[in-house]
Amino acid sequence: MLVYFLRRLGQSLFVIAAMAVLVFIGVYAIGSPIDMMISPDADQAEMEAAIARLGLDKPLWEQFFIFVTNALQGDLGNSFVYATPAAELIISKLPATLELACLALLFAIFLGVPLGMIAGLKPNSLAGKTIMTGSIMGFSLPNFWQGMMLILLFAVILKWLPSTGRGDTVDLFGVPVSFLTADGLSHMLLPAINLALFKTSLVIRLARAGTREAALQDYVKFARAKGLSQRRIVLVHIAKNIMIPVVTILGLELGSMIAFAVVTETVFSWPGMGKLLIDSIQALDRPVVVAYLMLTVFIFILINFVVDMLYCVLDPRVRLSEAKA
Amino acid sequence: MSDRNGGPTISLRDLKTHFFTKEGVVKAVDGISFDVAKGEVLGLVGESGSGKSITGFSILGLVDQPGRIVDGEILFQGRDLVQLPEEERRKLRGSKIAMIFQDPMMTLNPVLRIDTQMTEAVLAHRDVSKERALEIAREALVKVGIAAPDERLNSYPHQFSGGMRQRVAIATAFLNEPELIIADEPTTALDVTIQGQILFEAQNLCRETGTALIWITHDLAVVAGLADQICVMYAGKIVEQGTVDRVLDQPAHPYTAGLIGSVPGRNQRGSRLFQIPGMTPSLLNLPYGCAFRSRCPHADVACEEEPPERPTADGRLVRCIRPLAGEPQGGEAA
Amino acid sequence: MTDTAKASDAIVEIEEPEASPWQSSPAARFAAEFAESPIAVASLVLVIFLAVLAVFADFITPQDPYDLLQLDIMNGVLAPGEATFDGSQTFWLGTDPQGRDMLSAIVYGLRMSLGVGAMSTVIALTIGMSLGVLAAYFGGRVDTVIMRLVDLQLSFPTILIALILLAALGKGVDKVIIALIAVQWAYYARTVRGTALVERRKEYIEAATCLALSHRRVVFNHLLPNCLPPLIVVATVQVANAIALEATLSFLGLGVPITEPSLGLLIANGYEYMLSGKYWISFFPGIALLVTIVAINLVGDQLRDILNPRLRR
Repeated sequence: MLVYFLRRLGQSLFVIAAMAVLVFIGVYAIGSPIDMMISPDADQAEMEAAIARLGLDKPLWEQFFIFVTNALQGDLGNSFVYATPAAELIISKLPATLELACLALLFAIFLGVPLGMIAGLKPNSLAGKTIMTGSIMGFSLPNFWQGMMLILLFAVILKWLPSTGRGDTVDLFGVPVSFLTADGLSHMLLPAINLALFKTSLVIRLARAGTREAALQDYVKFARAKGLSQRRIVLVHIAKNIMIPVVTILGLELGSMIAFAVVTETVFSWPGMGKLLIDSIQALDRPVVVAYLMLTVFIFILINFVVDMLYCVLDPRVRLSEAKA
Repeated sequence: MSDRNGGPTISLRDLKTHFFTKEGVVKAVDGISFDVAKGEVLGLVGESGSGKSITGFSILGLVDQPGRIVDGEILFQGRDLVQLPEEERRKLRGSKIAMIFQDPMMTLNPVLRIDTQMTEAVLAHRDVSKERALEIAREALVKVGIAAPDERLNSYPHQFSGGMRQRVAIATAFLNEPELIIADEPTTALDVTIQGQILFEAQNLCRETGTALIWITHDLAVVAGLADQICVMYAGKIVEQGTVDRVLDQPAHPYTAGLIGSVPGRNQRGSRLFQIPGMTPSLLNLPYGCAFRSRCPHADVACEEEPPERPTADGRLVRCIRPLAGEPQGGEAA
Repeated sequence: MTDTAKASDAIVEIEEPEASPWQSSPAARFAAEFAESPIAVASLVLVIFLAVLAVFADFITPQDPYDLLQLDIMNGVLAPGEATFDGSQTFWLGTDPQGRDMLSAIVYGLRMSLGVGAMSTVIALTIGMSLGVLAAYFGGRVDTVIMRLVDLQLSFPTILIALILLAALGKGVDKVIIALIAVQWAYYARTVRGTALVERRKEYIEAATCLALSHRRVVFNHLLPNCLPPLIVVATVQVANAIALEATLSFLGLGVPITEPSLGLLIANGYEYMLSGKYWISFFPGIALLVTIVAINLVGDQLRDILNPRLRR
């Protein structure tokens, strides 16, 4: 287990290093770092100071060294618009995005798994067919369109929920969060559902396929032959088997959820990382874009790593074969 | 419960289990009857698709859609299981009637530990504490010859060999001291040496506890060493039924004779092994009359009529117009 | 409505007479299997209808929505069914703030969306297919390099890659197409490589190699044609995905320019009006987008069912 852990950790670090090289090449070697990293409004003196700080007058390998050193210290340049360090700016928006993504993930699991299991246990029933049709819709329709329809229905026509913004926040360990206030929660609901729709559809498909497969297995028949209640068979024997693919995929999807939050946050004016990215792209605030890229890649790799470890805990077969390998 | 010690443990009366598929009705089990007494072992023999497994599932009440029991009675200790509500049947499953499956690799849930899978079978039927259930599971593992049961209980199925898993499955079946065990080819997937051990242990357990055993198999050698009674099934019907010695020594039905002939034996070395010609007919469009007619070396015009099940003088039941052995009772044969 | 009916009649007329004489040809069998699902046939008809609309947009629409001379600000934000003040033109789907007929705008937007989707798919398909088949055919280091790149790309969400590219490249239809190609090619490469690896081991490739045919000939004349079925399925679904992604990018303001709006941009333009209850500026382009994507997906689903060897009857 420890060997496996260390090996995966090594792989992750390697990917991060590779990513740093790629971004460096993109920004410094191909693009013009002066355009990318220094505000077009800067005067001559500022420009020279920045060139010296970034080491742009030095050879490329030295520039790379400076870039890595700066990145390791969390220095990914300053935002042109806000004139604050880009990394800090993004991290300040991170809680709002994470909060949204986590709530969406909960929705996806607690809606997707039961619905998928129902569809898998009774594939030909009306409920089963309705669930699958809904899941196809959730899959193929663009996320922003679903979000707009949610707003149209619940905010404009029914007026049940607010359409935009984050609502009241309270500080939790010094970080403002919305989910602890009623107003904040009501603001979170629609965007979270919106962000969850695609993943819910995915979970429904996974859970349905898994349930259908598991229900045909001998171990389910054997469990029935043992006289277990239907409830226990479904909730323990089948559910535990389908949770493995669901958790794996969903874990991996948490990263893509953060990426997709770009769309949801724009539709609902949710002040998270994604909205910051879109605003920055439009304002040509490139250091923020680069910092966002680096940070997201880092989060991605971190999540993949954690999911792999989790997968190991859930599936005893993997644990053994990996330990042997 | 009054006739607990009197009548047979289980008694099938003209059981019919049919499957209603899009292509037509498949009569997987079509009117079979047999009794198994306490402590007795019945060998249910036939080729794959003959309906022997469906018979087992019918007794347990685990026939899945689109199949259902359309007629007949399953009398278990005098109660007709067919008429019981599902919840009552569930309570019988795993407690009074247990089943062992063919492929030990598939019958244990790969993601649950052995202790979970064994104790849940105890807890589903008995009001005992978890600790007590674990104790019962431990004892059961010891009985089927598993060393270091505590360690085994904490393991997952994939850490076991096939024979070991089947022992666990058998131990699970015996957990609640059932009155009847249905074993569906439990040794087919195992090595011959393991097969022998498992057979021996199953036999021992039944003798000790007085459990009735229905052993479903296609392997006559297994039945010969294990069973008291034998039922030979063909195309959903029992074609021959009697004590093992009589049926195997002097088969009355041509199909039984064919099955025995196709078992390789020592005295047949060098000679060509007998084969039953043709294939098992599709249950969807069985020929009228005797279902074995097209493959039978003795068939003639008379076989185009459905042969009735008739008792023979030596106490057997044969479903054939021209039995090879055993004078029909009353001597009315054509 | 009548247009749809006519279009469906036309399809039936074309397919019927051809199907019978070639009953045993693969194409006819394919058509017959496809026709087994009425929903898929209806979707196919709908997709063809939408494509025809897009191609002939200039002749069909009541108004050229981007000819400023034809627009009158007086007709701004009219509800569906309202007419111009002199009654000369009825706006069945309403108008936008510039007095643009939404129906016309949607048909033009459809042209943009379908065009960008189809174009990017064709180019990405060509690139991905070539790289995938090369990886499978040559194996070794070529394979490793290409597939590592594919894996790396596929481990990131498409939207993220497209956003980063557009942030670097700037706006414009060509830039959007480049971004869509960049996110798609890896799917084709992976699909083709998978099939080609299986095909490569078959005797006919061995035979072609033994004949000492050039690599180029073996790959393009022998190997590639046999890898097409799964590619067609992936490509169909990918067109829908490309259209959806383009719409998303345009909605975010990073896609096509405002002078040549796609459906996504039309939706974005009407977004603020929707919040005040003037739903039609966003809603109808949204419906058009939805119908397009769902119809293409349903066609793709049926193709997958037919072409999937595992489901083969």
